[in-house]
Amino acid sequence: MWEFVNYYFIPGLVLGCIYALGAIGITLTFGILRFSNFAHGEIMMSGAYLTWTVMAAFTALGAYFGFSDWALHPLIAMVPAAALVILIFLATDRFFYKPFRKAETIKVVMASFGMMLIIRSAVQVIWGPNQITFVRGIAKPNATLSEITSNMGLQILMPNKHLFIFAGTIILVVALGYLLNRTRIGKAMRAVSDSPDLAHVTGINVDKVIRATWIVGGICAAAAGVFLVMDTQMLETTMGFRMLLPMFAAAILGGIGKPYGAVAGGLIIGLAEELSAYPWIGDTPLLSPGYKTGVAFAIMVVMLIVRPQGLFKGRSF
Amino acid sequence: MTQPVLSLNNLKAGYGQTEILHDLSMFVNPNEIVAIIGPNGAGKSTAMKSVLGLLNISEGTVELNGENITDTPAQKVIEKGISYVPQTNNVFVNLSVKENLEMGAWTRPTGVEERLEEMYVLFPDLAEKRNQAAGSLSGGQRQMVAMAKALMVDAKILLLDEPTAGLSPKYRGEIFGTIQKIKETGVPILIVEQNAKQALGVSDRGYVLVDGANRHTGTGAGLAADPEIARMFLGGGH
Amino acid sequence: MEAYVGYFLYLLSLLTVGGIYAIFALGLNVQWGFAGLFNVGIVGFAAVGAYTYALLTTAESTFHLGGFGLPLPLGMFVGMIMSAIVAAFIGLICIRLRADYLAIATIGIAEIIKLVLKNETEITNGPRGVNKIPRFWEHFSEERFYSSWPMSWFGTSENWEAFFDKLPNWYWQPLFAATILLIVYIIYRMLERARTAPWGRMMTAIRENEPAARASGKDVTRRRIEAFVIGAAIMGLAGALFAQHLRLIEPTNTFDPAKVTFLTWVMLILGGSGNNRGAILGAFLIWTIWSASELVITGSIGLISNIFSTLDPSFLQTRAGFLRMMLIGILMQVILQRYPEGILPEVRPASPKADNNDAGLTGETK
Repeated sequence: MWEFVNYYFIPGLVLGCIYALGAIGITLTFGILRFSNFAHGEIMMSGAYLTWTVMAAFTALGAYFGFSDWALHPLIAMVPAAALVILIFLATDRFFYKPFRKAETIKVVMASFGMMLIIRSAVQVIWGPNQITFVRGIAKPNATLSEITSNMGLQILMPNKHLFIFAGTIILVVALGYLLNRTRIGKAMRAVSDSPDLAHVTGINVDKVIRATWIVGGICAAAAGVFLVMDTQMLETTMGFRMLLPMFAAAILGGIGKPYGAVAGGLIIGLAEELSAYPWIGDTPLLSPGYKTGVAFAIMVVMLIVRPQGLFKGRSF
Repeated sequence: MTQPVLSLNNLKAGYGQTEILHDLSMFVNPNEIVAIIGPNGAGKSTAMKSVLGLLNISEGTVELNGENITDTPAQKVIEKGISYVPQTNNVFVNLSVKENLEMGAWTRPTGVEERLEEMYVLFPDLAEKRNQAAGSLSGGQRQMVAMAKALMVDAKILLLDEPTAGLSPKYRGEIFGTIQKIKETGVPILIVEQNAKQALGVSDRGYVLVDGANRHTGTGAGLAADPEIARMFLGGGH
Repeated sequence: MEAYVGYFLYLLSLLTVGGIYAIFALGLNVQWGFAGLFNVGIVGFAAVGAYTYALLTTAESTFHLGGFGLPLPLGMFVGMIMSAIVAAFIGLICIRLRADYLAIATIGIAEIIKLVLKNETEITNGPRGVNKIPRFWEHFSEERFYSSWPMSWFGTSENWEAFFDKLPNWYWQPLFAATILLIVYIIYRMLERARTAPWGRMMTAIRENEPAARASGKDVTRRRIEAFVIGAAIMGLAGALFAQHLRLIEPTNTFDPAKVTFLTWVMLILGGSGNNRGAILGAFLIWTIWSASELVITGSIGLISNIFSTLDPSFLQTRAGFLRMMLIGILMQVILQRYPEGILPEVRPASPKADNNDAGLTGETK
């Protein structure tokens, strides 16, 4: 039982949080700008690399001044990194997506496909193609949490990094909810997602809404990227691409254009991927762990056949 | 002579290369309801969209209170005080009624709350449904939301594109009633209508559009009484 | 003399790989240029064709399923069929939906194919891949071919062995290149015929005005699936030829989506989507640039590392490769924005009079 919770369910939720944050950006872009942004995974990946660079620079700075123990927490280093990610988003939009705003959607999808390779290659040129260790060492379970839970007769083993990921995701999702339902720009984002044409003739500043979308998507993408490397403790240039399919699956599962749907979809896909490797029948994993990504694809295909509008009735085309 | 609020002068316009309006002239005076009627494909809605800068205008001008606004982008036109209610998809279905109205007030700097209250007075039905999603309302109520949303700014003129299309007779009457109430608040209205008889009934003046040009002009009552027009559009029994 | 042979062989390899990419580009042109279907999983269809061919035609091996030692053309044909089946699966699900979904699904299926190739080690030998894949013309010099029918009719094993010993060891290269060019030509002719035939004109009509095509009673979804499946079959064939060219295929580096899928797209867009000649031209052009830039990069890195002896040349080598990829990506963006029609813009198969075959005359359905 506790093995299930600690080694399958919690990791599934962690993965789900990462997918959820990535899928928020994808679904917002799809809803408001009306295209699937294939470069989203690569943006996440570059956010993680930037965060690592900020951390490394900080440590190097400490060493320079003779403090050998300077270390920056990823969640703090993430802040300047997220700002850079937002800049990348805005610049890509300005130079590569905006020229196609009035053209057929597929043109801008192609441009985003091109961006996917440009960004990845840029990261490979700057940081090299090899894996980089993000955080060293084995993450030990949080002692306080396991003590408290074992006193209650439970046995929850959760490293700090997972606690940070959960807390970070919850904060971001709550903040997103506040933004979309309580602020003027957030309501305008929903309005544009609802009908860009009507938003246009209502006098809503659609360009401003688009900028806001990239900013929100950028923050979530940077967070997703950092959470991912906090979890795996490893930076890889291919990780953005590997995330892409599950994130799209999450966005489609939740209903395109529905941020909460994306969160739910992300959690479901993350859990499904991890739980698929649980030995439900007999002693061997139900599905070989090598096929985890396949679970996301299978869910997506089933959704496209059965209910293309997604669980939460998003836009269907 | 009073200066018209809105005037279209010898307009030639269309989508891309296709010209739909060949030679269109019309104006709306302060405190007037003006109806545009005509057969399908005559360019009624197109005439309205040309005001909003949604079309390619090749010749002619659009003026708002004497200011030339030809080829001004929609967002600027709306900031200048022209409010437009499209024929279909005219509310944000996933937003609540209140949020729809707030979006209508996007270009309004201050006094949104006060205006909201005014709208709930003008459209009492909406007051009690303010927190419902606009998509859950009936067609007539949606039309009310769309009109209220357009009035959230200090509109100099309201453009209504077929506000009663697809509505039951009960709602049609209600909409025309509201249109008159809006006029009483001092906002002139330009309205495109299929229901020519009813539209002319509430209008001060009317234009009959055929093939992208105005064929007949007159007072609402005068046009409604014109036998030729009656034969053309009013006998259809909408 | 030796040097000239070297240049000659380099040219041949350009033609060979350029030709294989030309087939990929032609396949993509059917999907994108004719039908407007956005396929970003080209590499997946290539892998299906390549692996099918490899498993069917290699000699029996303990590392993977088979090989079955079947005739080479049969392997290629089945490779096409398998690729077409995968395409039909995806097409039936996604083509009725918005174009983005097809794009996502194709990227997905390419990943799934890679997962299967990596994980089903019993069948595919997993990450280690399949090797000793028979290559057309060269395979004649392998004992298992010349010792059996039909080559054994014409000579004994010893005779054949002596014969192949006398030939230079690159004898197959011009023949292989010529075969690929011939296949490019045949596919080109077939596609040109299809393009000007009623089928092709219908595709154009659907792409340009889908509601009108639907209204006039055309089965738009069916036509699209046809185009998708045909395009995928062509890609499967290109994949099989790719396997022959490489002789060793494995799931990760051989079928790097960044390279195969992306290069094919740049080729088609540069050459002119919708135009079969454009697809071929773009393929040879981009492949030449790609391949020549590698020489230039290698040369300049050699030079730099001679001057700055502290630098590790392998470091520069890997980085330069990615820089090249990035530049190709930027080239694609520039073409998309500035020259969306490509070098050879699409020629509409407008009037039946312009058709030089009878299909056009009988094809005036509407």
